[in-house]
Amino acid sequence: MNHLQLVLSGLFVGSFYALVALGYSMVYGIIKLLNFAHGDLYMLGAFAGFTVLSVGAGALGGGFIALIFIMIVAMIATGGFGMLLERVAYRPLRSAPRLSVLITAVGASFALEYGIAVAFGPTPEVYPIGVQDGTLHIANAQITYAQLAMMAIAVVLMVALDTIVRKTRSGRAMRAISQDPKACLLMGVNVDRVISRTFFIGSALAGAAGVMAGAYYGKIDFLMGFIIGLKAFTAAVIGGIGNLRGAVLGAIVLGLLESFGGAYLGSEWRDVFAFGFLILFLTVRPTGLLGERVTERV
Amino acid sequence: MNDEPTLRAGEKPSAYVSAVEEHTRMAPAVKEAGTSASSRTAVAELVSKGLASRWLGTGAAVAALALPLVSSSTYVIQIAVDALIFVMLAVGLNIVVGYCGLLDLGYAAFFAIGAYTSGLLSTRFEWPLIATLPVVVIAAIVGGLLIGGPTLRLRSDYLAIVTLGFGEIIRITANNLDFTGGPNGLYGIPDFGDFGLRADIALYWITAVVVIAAVLFSSRLGRGRIGRAWRFVREDEDAAEAMGIHTYRVKFAAYIAGAVFGGIAGVLFAAHQTAISPPSFNFLWSALILMAVVLGGMASTPGVVVGALVISLLPELLRGAENWRYLIFGLLLIVVMVFRPQGLLPARTGEPGRRGHRAQEGAS
Repeated sequence: MNHLQLVLSGLFVGSFYALVALGYSMVYGIIKLLNFAHGDLYMLGAFAGFTVLSVGAGALGGGFIALIFIMIVAMIATGGFGMLLERVAYRPLRSAPRLSVLITAVGASFALEYGIAVAFGPTPEVYPIGVQDGTLHIANAQITYAQLAMMAIAVVLMVALDTIVRKTRSGRAMRAISQDPKACLLMGVNVDRVISRTFFIGSALAGAAGVMAGAYYGKIDFLMGFIIGLKAFTAAVIGGIGNLRGAVLGAIVLGLLESFGGAYLGSEWRDVFAFGFLILFLTVRPTGLLGERVTERV
Repeated sequence: MNDEPTLRAGEKPSAYVSAVEEHTRMAPAVKEAGTSASSRTAVAELVSKGLASRWLGTGAAVAALALPLVSSSTYVIQIAVDALIFVMLAVGLNIVVGYCGLLDLGYAAFFAIGAYTSGLLSTRFEWPLIATLPVVVIAAIVGGLLIGGPTLRLRSDYLAIVTLGFGEIIRITANNLDFTGGPNGLYGIPDFGDFGLRADIALYWITAVVVIAAVLFSSRLGRGRIGRAWRFVREDEDAAEAMGIHTYRVKFAAYIAGAVFGGIAGVLFAAHQTAISPPSFNFLWSALILMAVVLGGMASTPGVVVGALVISLLPELLRGAENWRYLIFGLLLIVVMVFRPQGLLPARTGEPGRRGHRAQEGAS
């Protein structure tokens, strides 16, 4: 059993999870909504990239410049769609019981999945861009340059997000709303606009992850977001939901756990292992690794 | 003369108040109806109630039982059994989602537990199918305890996603184990016996009786003491707790009741299909059952039954347009939640606004 290899692949999978988990956690932190459609936004990002590639296949060429360009287009598309979703499906229900919003989110997820199935057909599509090139050998483990580059992109995006949330004015507004939306309204913060922006950023990150997954695995289908949405939620819970650095930590922990669990138990048990861990974690420490205990006020 | 002065149309009292009101209002209404016509409100209420529940329910039950006499073609019986099993699932999920307000996205897991438990016992150990029923109930309860135990103490959102994960765990486990037949599943599951009738008609009647009993049971459950407690918890958990309701225990009761319904529906499904395999229990099933409950009207038994019939019979009419159908279902969920959260046939109880309105009309 090559442990270093397991660590590397765990970190790689973890960086995917982290990008999706961040959006989950951001939205939850701000409006306490579990956006079930978040995994499907990841899928949408992959399909947006796919569309751009099929339309402009010749002009773009291959390689990383093309990938980054596609990623930006896909991020804008999914981000915009995330905003639209919030406007149409979630905003009208902001004062409704939590159950209604959850059901709407399930409906949105369903509509997205089967909307794509209607538009692109239910069979998997082959991603027309592949990134296969050299491998880097570290001791007795190996990692491809493509994997390294994707991890680098993920890290850049995470650092950018962290900077936005911690340093900028709108990041401050986001943090304020997560503490007390009513007080923010009274202080003159445009709550709707900030929530919209949060959805944009969270969805764009998921879209970026979708393009990366498409390019890396080479195949996309309309249900690809389902499992990853669950995994990202697990990661967010492990790290402490609502806490952004926690989400990244949780995603890396989950990636490593899966990679080791899959190696020791057999890869067909990987998902069972991950979800079993989620249930265990909720029993033992529902606030997550970095989350603080929140007492709910009435 | 009107003994419900505290409510006016448009006023929305808290869940606690409305449930107490409902309780005190029911008793005099029943008493007066037989003796005098002094309270037309009560009579009108009683009539509409009777129309809504008793005769409608009986009529539906008789129609369901009489179906094989009207048409006994294999195709009709086949889809009718499917529809009835779906009704049972929807009614079971209604206890969890409709009455208690807990979102369960992995309801198919209990369905799978029921189907696999009875399938395994009857094919591997040659138990008669009816004898597997107690084991199925126990297995469903154990599954409910495993999932409900840790999550029902937390915020309701966690339950939703954990049940989603649980549904996947059960499906993947059934897929991976050799004991459960792996991806091929189990086949050759016996039925309950034919009682001298055509086998599928015998099964239809058994299913119909079980499902009618289940519908009746769940609607009675929703109107009883525990049903009122469930509705409190749904409307305002903190207020319910402050009023002395053990919310954890009450939520647990709802979750376990739903699990048992799902398990028994699974037995019927196994007997009906004679072969079961993991893909029969994917998330799509859970989502479709949820749609039946939400579209029909959460917490309203007639609504949920109609919703389940519509959702399960629609594919027969719209063959070949699967993906379009699911897309429309998804959009419908959003539209219903935004514009008509109470569903198409909303529950009568627990809607004080409307009741107050009708009472005023009757008195004038």
